Amino acid sequence: MTVKIGIPRSLLFYYYYPLWKTFFEGLGAEVTVTGPSTKAVLEEGLGLCVDEACLPVKVAFGHVAALRGKVDFIFVPRLVSVFPREYICPKFLGFPDMVRSCVGGLPGLIDININLYRREKDLYRQLREAASPFCRNPLRIAAAFGEALAEHRRFTERLEAGMLPDDAFGDREVAGGKPGGENWTVALVGHPYNIYDSFINLNIIKRIREARMNVVTADNVPGPVVDRYAGTLSKRLFWTLGRRMVGSAYYFMDNPAIDGIIHVASFACGPDSMTGELIQRRARRTGTPFLSLTLDEHAGEAGIVTRIEAFLDMVAMKSELSTLS
Amino acid sequence: MKVTFPHMGNLWICLEAMLEYLGVETVVPPPSTKKTLSLGSKHAPEFACMPLKLNLGNFMEASDLGADTILMAGGCGPCRFGYYAQVEYEILCDLGYRYSLVVMEPPERHISEFLARIRQITGNRSWLEVIRGIKFGYQKARAVDGLEMTAMRLRPREIDPGSTDAALSAALEEIAGARRPEDLPPAIGRAREIMGGVPVEDRPVIRVGLVGEIYTVLEPFANLEIEKKLGRLGVEVDRSIYLSEWINDHLFMGLIRGMRSSSLYKKSASPYLRHFVGGHGLETMGGAVYYNSLGYDGVIQILPFTCMPEIVAQSILPGFSRDTGMPVITLISDEQSGDAGLQTRIEAFVDLLAEKKRRKEWSA
Ligand code: SF4
Ligand code: SF4
Repeated sequence: MTVKIGIPRSLLFYYYYPLWKTFFEGLGAEVTVTGPSTKAVLEEGLGLCVDEACLPVKVAFGHVAALRGKVDFIFVPRLVSVFPREYICPKFLGFPDMVRSCVGGLPGLIDININLYRREKDLYRQLREAASPFCRNPLRIAAAFGEALAEHRRFTERLEAGMLPDDAFGDREVAGGKPGGENWTVALVGHPYNIYDSFINLNIIKRIREARMNVVTADNVPGPVVDRYAGTLSKRLFWTLGRRMVGSAYYFMDNPAIDGIIHVASFACGPDSMTGELIQRRARRTGTPFLSLTLDEHAGEAGIVTRIEAFLDMVAMKSELSTLS
Repeated sequence: MKVTFPHMGNLWICLEAMLEYLGVETVVPPPSTKKTLSLGSKHAPEFACMPLKLNLGNFMEASDLGADTILMAGGCGPCRFGYYAQVEYEILCDLGYRYSLVVMEPPERHISEFLARIRQITGNRSWLEVIRGIKFGYQKARAVDGLEMTAMRLRPREIDPGSTDAALSAALEEIAGARRPEDLPPAIGRAREIMGGVPVEDRPVIRVGLVGEIYTVLEPFANLEIEKKLGRLGVEVDRSIYLSEWINDHLFMGLIRGMRSSSLYKKSASPYLRHFVGGHGLETMGGAVYYNSLGYDGVIQILPFTCMPEIVAQSILPGFSRDTGMPVITLISDEQSGDAGLQTRIEAFVDLLAEKKRRKEWSA
C-alpha cells in the first residue's frame, strides 16, 4: 500500500516543497499538501498554540492539525540549520516538540533533524532517515535524493530568474513574473512564510500587482549578491533568512530600479526585531521609501490595507517626480 | 579608556573585579531602574527582548558617567543575544554616542582568539595576569551564587521579615569590596558570617524551582524581585541557572568543566524537548523535569516578552504538567509588568501549592 505523507503548507514549505515532494515521491510515497491558509486553519492553530507564539507558528499548527486523519505521516522536520554556520530560528528548533506536545490525535511524525550547520553534505544522511519509516532501499533513496536535489536547483534558478514560489513550483513559464513589465518595482522583504502566504499578509503581492507595479523579493536576488551586501555587516548574521533579508534589502537600496521597499514582519518575531531594525535604519539613512508592516491575528485588515495603498501611491508619486528633475 | 558593560543581576561584581585587577578603569552603570528601561525602550526595536532594551539604557546611563568603551559577550545564535552588541551599537551610533565596542565572541578555532580580545582592553598585561584576573572574577561569581543560595534557603525561615535581604546586601558588599584575590577568602568568610547571623526557625516550607530565561532569572529588576516575593510567602526557591554558570559559558567559553550543567538538563528534558533551542530553553524544560524528580512542589517559568527559546519551552510545559501533576506557571515580563499583578499571581500559585501539599500529607 502506498504510504501517504502530509506536508503542511507553512514555514519553509515555500523553499523546500519541490525538494521534499520529489524525494518522497521518488520513494513511491503519495504526497499531500494542505491547502492555502484560511481563517479556519488559523483558528485551529490559535486554539492549539500558546498565545505568545508568532503568527506563522500558529498558522503552521493549523496546517499540521488539518492533516490529522488524512495521512500516514506528517513531515515536520526539525530545521536546525539549512546552511553551514547558520540557523533559522529557535522556534524552528523546537517545532516538532511543540507540535507533539500541543496537537493531539496525530498520525506518525517524520521529525528528522535537518542540520547542515557543519556541512551541506549531511543532508543526504538526514533525508535517508526521513525515508526510514517506509523505505530502506539505499539505491532507491539515492536516486530519489538525486532527483530531489535537481528539482531544488531548478526551483532556485526559477526564483533567481524573477519568479515567486507559487509560480516556480510548477512547470509554467510565467510572464510578468519577471521584473520589468511595469513602470515601478517594489521590493518585498520578509520571511517566506509571511510574504508568500497571501492569507497571512492580506494578499499583499496581488495588491502591489494591481497597482501596476512589479514585485521582487529577497528570493529573486542571486546568492552571491546577497553575500556581498550581507558581507558589509560588522558581524556575520547567523540567521539564514535574516541574512538573506538584510543582504537583499541593502542591495535593493543600492539599486535604482527599486522604487520602494516593504518589510513584512510577524508580531513579536525575534529575528525580525533585529534584522528589521538594521534594515530600517539603513533605509532611513539612504532615504529609500520604506514601509514596515507587522502581521498578527489581531491586526485590523482595513488599517494594513490602507497603509499599503498609501505607500504604493507615495512610491508612484515619488518616482514620477524624480523623472521631472 | 573607561569600560562599561551591561547589568545582569550581580554580574557587575565579577566584571568590575576582573577589569580593575587588570588595571582597566571601569564604569559600572547605575542599577537598572524604570528610567533605564524607558530610555532603552524608547530607542530599541519594539519587539526586541527586554534585556536588549535594558542593556541599551545601561549604556546610555553609563555614558553620562564617562564610559567610552563597551564590553559585551557575543554568540553565534540561534538566539538574539549573539547579535545584541551589533544592534545596540548601531542604535547608539545613530543617537550620537561615541562608544568603542569590544565583543567577546566565542572563539572560532582557538581560545587564544578569545584571550586576544581581552587584551584589546587590558593592553600589555601578561597572559598570566589576564588569566588571574579572569579567575578572580569567576571566584567572585561563585561566592555571589553561594550567598544567594543561602538567602533563598533563609528567607522562608527568617524570624524577622526582611532580615535575610538586609544580610544579603551587606554580604554582597563584602564580596564586591575585595580588591585583590588574596582579599577574597576573608571577605567570603565575613559574608558567610553575616548570613549566618540571620535568626531563623525551622518551619515547613514550599519548594519551588525557578526556571526560564537567564537574564530575567538573574536580574531582580526584570523579575520584580520574585525570589524575595516568594521567600516572604514561605517558599524556598532554587533556580535552574546561576551567574557562575553563565560566566563560564559566555565569558570563559565553558573552560571550567564539571558544573551542574547542560548534560543533566539535556537528559532530563529529552522526553519533551529533544534538541537545544538556543538561550536556555532546554535548561528550562530539563530544569522542570529535574525539580519534579527532586520532589519540588511547583515550577515557575519566567521569560521576557517575545523570548523565543522560552516560548518553545512554554508550549511544552503544560504537557509535562499534565503528565506529572507538577504545577507550573509562566510569568512574562515586559515594560508593562506591574508589581501588584505579579504579587497576585504568585500568591495564588503558592496557595495552590500549599493546598496540594496539605492534601498530599493528609492522604499520606
Ligand atoms: S523567525 Fe520570527 S516569525 Fe519565524 S518562527 Fe521565528 S519568531 Fe516566528
Ligand atoms: S534568550 Fe530570550 S531574552 Fe535572551 S536573547 Fe534570546 S530571545 Fe532574547
